Amino acid sequence: MTSLPPPSAKKLGLVIDLDTCVGCQACATSCKEWNTQGYSAPLTDFNAYGSDPSGVWLNRVHGYEVKEQGQEQSRIVHFPRSCLHCEEPACVTVCPTGASYKRAEDGIVLVNPETCIGCKLCSWACPYGAREYDQSHGVMKKCTLCVDRIYNDNLEEEDRLPACVKACPTSARHFGDLGDPDSKVSQLVAERGGYDLLPEMGYKPVNKYLPPRARRDATTSRAEALPKPDGSAFDRLFQWADKVLSPKKAVARANEIDHSGRLEG
Amino acid sequence: MHPAYSVILFTTASGAGYGLLALLCLVGISHGEASSLVFGLTSMVIALGLITIGLLSSTFHLGHPERAWRALSQWRSSWLSREGVLAVVTYVPALLFGVVWSGLYPAPDLIKPLAVVTGVLALLTVMSTGKIYATLKTIRAWHNPWTIWVYLTFALATGATILAAVTSVFGNFPAFLVWFSSAWLLVALIVKLGYWRSIDAAPRDLTMGDATGLGRLGQVGQWELPHSAPNYVQKEMGYAVARKHAAKLRRLVIAALVLAILLMLAALAVPHAALLSMALALFASVVQRWLFFAEAQHVVTLFYGAKAA
Repeated sequence: MTSLPPPSAKKLGLVIDLDTCVGCQACATSCKEWNTQGYSAPLTDFNAYGSDPSGVWLNRVHGYEVKEQGQEQSRIVHFPRSCLHCEEPACVTVCPTGASYKRAEDGIVLVNPETCIGCKLCSWACPYGAREYDQSHGVMKKCTLCVDRIYNDNLEEEDRLPACVKACPTSARHFGDLGDPDSKVSQLVAERGGYDLLPEMGYKPVNKYLPPRARRDATTSRAEALPKPDGSAFDRLFQWADKVLSPKKAVARANEIDHSGRLEG
Repeated sequence: MHPAYSVILFTTASGAGYGLLALLCLVGISHGEASSLVFGLTSMVIALGLITIGLLSSTFHLGHPERAWRALSQWRSSWLSREGVLAVVTYVPALLFGVVWSGLYPAPDLIKPLAVVTGVLALLTVMSTGKIYATLKTIRAWHNPWTIWVYLTFALATGATILAAVTSVFGNFPAFLVWFSSAWLLVALIVKLGYWRSIDAAPRDLTMGDATGLGRLGQVGQWELPHSAPNYVQKEMGYAVARKHAAKLRRLVIAALVLAILLMLAALAVPHAALLSMALALFASVVQRWLFFAEAQHVVTLFYGAKAA
């Protein structure tokens, strides 16, 4: 049924921290790796090792440049983009076959690859570009929130997380129940001012993005706040000791610029 | 938006077919009696033939055409499903109407009720096609009150020119039909101009900063794409080839429609000019439908470098 179920109390989703994401693509590749062998597998690639590769990915990491007012240098924000498991997803209601559906129990939006006719209308209805058509299988593919991991009793409990969350080396991705105001993810959203993408579209995304923190510049950086030598007797004693203990050759070598490109070994 | 040729063929061919069918029903209602057998059968075969070719071609762009029947199940929420259901349902009264109106089976009392039901269903089918596009909030040029009227008027205008052309071949060519078809062509032209005016005036007020939410920090620009070659989202939703030719193609549509009207009027003197008028009207319908796709910008393009949508 593509009519939406009544709003579920449980709203599983992701919280993505744009402050700590370093754009390493680990989430995208681990997503591809897990999902190409799991539910609705595989995620086809064409000309994967050629000059013009294309294929289905469920998670894409963009890079944006943001020029803040009063800042000379712009900052780079890495921006992972995947299905937001909206509370009112138009991609589901436009589906003519019932292949696209929103789970009543936890709000996950899925596509049934057995009944999808590949009309692509759902991908037109999604403002976030979350759905990618699989040309070789003739069906639509999308993020499943790793529904085959998070409830998988065959995995260790610590592994029952979406592959992207598990893989993120900077813990920029958080998974949990955004319907529960006391959950860790909900608290994180409240604390950091997590926001919806394109709220004006009215699809009520469940996934939230945490904005980059205010940046530190020359006036606010903590390095500036480190204590400086204050010229006390102790400071002068240590400076003298440093000078006496450093071998003269080593000091000279350290001051030369090495152009060899080799690491010292 | 990528203009899929099967979808353009489907919407223009079946649109013309439903337009013709609705007008044949109008003929049935106004005359109230059976047409000549050959004319009735020919025009019904053309109408249902165009509809059927269109419906079949619409399945060509599906990943799984063999599962197309499943699209009839979600009429509660999906306009695409509603369109499918209406299209299939329309066949039943349309075939019955064709049989009694052409005089294959003598039942003159049934002509009017069958014509009303068939005509209403045919127009509802075209409207639901328009609704599929008009309800997509992600595409500003489609999410527009004019969209449905463009679909409806082009269906009726092309249907009317086909009716005039077929009639001109059969000899008995009433002047009324010339005025009637010309009027529909004019209405289609005016509605299309209104549509273009409306989409050109609509503000493109969403930016990359709005889409990413990073606008709160400052000015947002694209630094790096997530992938080295275009993906499905860019190819399907980011199609931009025609936009630079849009002004020329719009003039082409206007010229073709004006010429179609003039040729239709010329049919007062030379009835066969209606055939040329029909060809031009169908050409204009295809070009404007192609533009309808190619000119439409999807909001997802903001994530891929579009400045505004």
